[in-house]
Amino acid sequence: MKKEITGKVTIVGNNIDTDQIYPGCFLAITDEKEIGSHCLAGVDENIAPNFPKGGVIVAGTNFGCGSSREHAPIALLNMGVSAVVADSFARIFFRNSINLGLPLIVCKGISKRVKDGQTLLIDLENGTVTIKETNEKLCCDKLGDQAMKILEAGGIKPMMRARFGKSE
Amino acid sequence: MHALEKIFAKNSGREQVTAGEIVTAKVDFAEINDLYLQTVYSFYEIGGDKVWDSEKAAFVFDHYAPAPDIKSAANHAEMREFAKKNNLRFHFDTNCGVCHQVMPEAGVIYPGMIVVATDSHTTTHGAFGAMGTGCGATDMATILMTGELWFRIPEIIEVRLEGNAPKGVYPKDVILSVLGKLKADGAVYKAIDFTGSYVDSLNVAGRMVICNMAVEIGAKTAYMQPNKDVLNYVSERAVRPYDVQYTDPDFKYEESYVFDVSVLEPLLACPHSVDNVDTLANVIKGKTVELAQGYIGSCTGGREEDIAVAAEILRGKKIPKYTRLVVVPASNEVMQLCLEKGYIGDLINAGATITTPGCGACLGAHEGILAPGEVCISSTNRNFPGRMGSTKAEIYLASPATVAASILNGKITDPRDYV
Repeated sequence: MKKEITGKVTIVGNNIDTDQIYPGCFLAITDEKEIGSHCLAGVDENIAPNFPKGGVIVAGTNFGCGSSREHAPIALLNMGVSAVVADSFARIFFRNSINLGLPLIVCKGISKRVKDGQTLLIDLENGTVTIKETNEKLCCDKLGDQAMKILEAGGIKPMMRARFGKSE
Repeated sequence: MHALEKIFAKNSGREQVTAGEIVTAKVDFAEINDLYLQTVYSFYEIGGDKVWDSEKAAFVFDHYAPAPDIKSAANHAEMREFAKKNNLRFHFDTNCGVCHQVMPEAGVIYPGMIVVATDSHTTTHGAFGAMGTGCGATDMATILMTGELWFRIPEIIEVRLEGNAPKGVYPKDVILSVLGKLKADGAVYKAIDFTGSYVDSLNVAGRMVICNMAVEIGAKTAYMQPNKDVLNYVSERAVRPYDVQYTDPDFKYEESYVFDVSVLEPLLACPHSVDNVDTLANVIKGKTVELAQGYIGSCTGGREEDIAVAAEILRGKKIPKYTRLVVVPASNEVMQLCLEKGYIGDLINAGATITTPGCGACLGAHEGILAPGEVCISSTNRNFPGRMGSTKAEIYLASPATVAASILNGKITDPRDYV
């Protein structure tokens, strides 16, 4: 896992639920690339087609609330998201994302400090986020040991394969 | 320790657990719904071969019951193959209903257990004194392989509900009042223990409504100490022996909130957020909220009690031309009871559309999708943008009585004049 991430910011609001991240009408789709093409369609259908590869989503409070659908982090990963930074996250979404190797960073107040299109430098190990344009450095909550362990393994799948002795 | 902590301790082989600790605990029942074919893929990707215990895992085909298109039919087919290959004792195909209703009916939910399902509303099973929580596909795949999952022991909040509900106020109104105060992220990562005289006297269905929507406050799980109604229900159905857990008298909650149920009035969660709660009286003060559709169904509001109150309000009457009422019994058992008691006939005569037991349009999959600009009043649990169809539709969440009274008049209406 990369411990330093740089990406262009796309901002969304508070309480962005998993229906907005991945609307119910697309739930039967299983092709991951296709899932990615509908990412955040409940917020704005123009986000996915124009999303910069490796971009960072910045959100307000309770990002990922609602349904437990794992399509939400699958969609974010396949749209090209390298990390999500938010004031706070909902619980099941948090687990699902870490399990799939998508880093989530809790940074209280981030949604008010950063502007759409700016570039963020995220340091996962030290728990900081820097806005490149203004050089403003913000302190974040560090990820817990369990979450860090899973991310370092590249997600829960490689971790389980290692545990049960199955090779890639 | 709290009863929930005792459940975690028992299933992780410890004497004691404390909030914040990470434990690996055995799962007593694992359920996969039909949105989660990814679980099967993840299971094989992590090196799974056979499900750890064929007695303790089941599929429930509820979100696409029966399959509305080729893709969901193909997903069902793959999941059926997996169930067959693993010889799973329990299987709930498209002819059963919503997972959170059919599991208790089948006796796989009982006090003191851990149930994990690929559905956020698994908090429902706190109604039975169980620890229920939702997870995603990959967590579920690890459970199917190992029978275990890691958990962070949650801090526990007490929500004490005291008093008797006035006429026209239902468990749905009670949980909306809690949501309006605690907000959509008020209990993220935490557990909610619902206590108080209102909970002690509440029947099984009412308890399920309240625990069901605990997840809308962000809760990891919900709990209610089982009462006589619950113990009667599970003693007739449970497929395994069980132990009811009790909270020690010296247990300290992280926070306690007290609600006086006796002063409540009918409430609504207004578009587009579950915590955008106001009294119905305020919402219609000086204005008319015209409706295109009423919806009674889901793991929150599709039980016999919900359909009964709607039938009482609508019996012998007709909903207005150009409006619609979709009624989705939560399970086949519920549908049978409602047929026997004549509720289904009453509702059909009033102009309702009855659809297959399942999740239906609650999550915008099929059977009652909303068009842009339409307004729906619903006994379900979520009113997010696009939840039941178009992102330009509006959803008000309410009790089944409020839904019935409102659609009868084609506009949001106080149910107290009808019950």
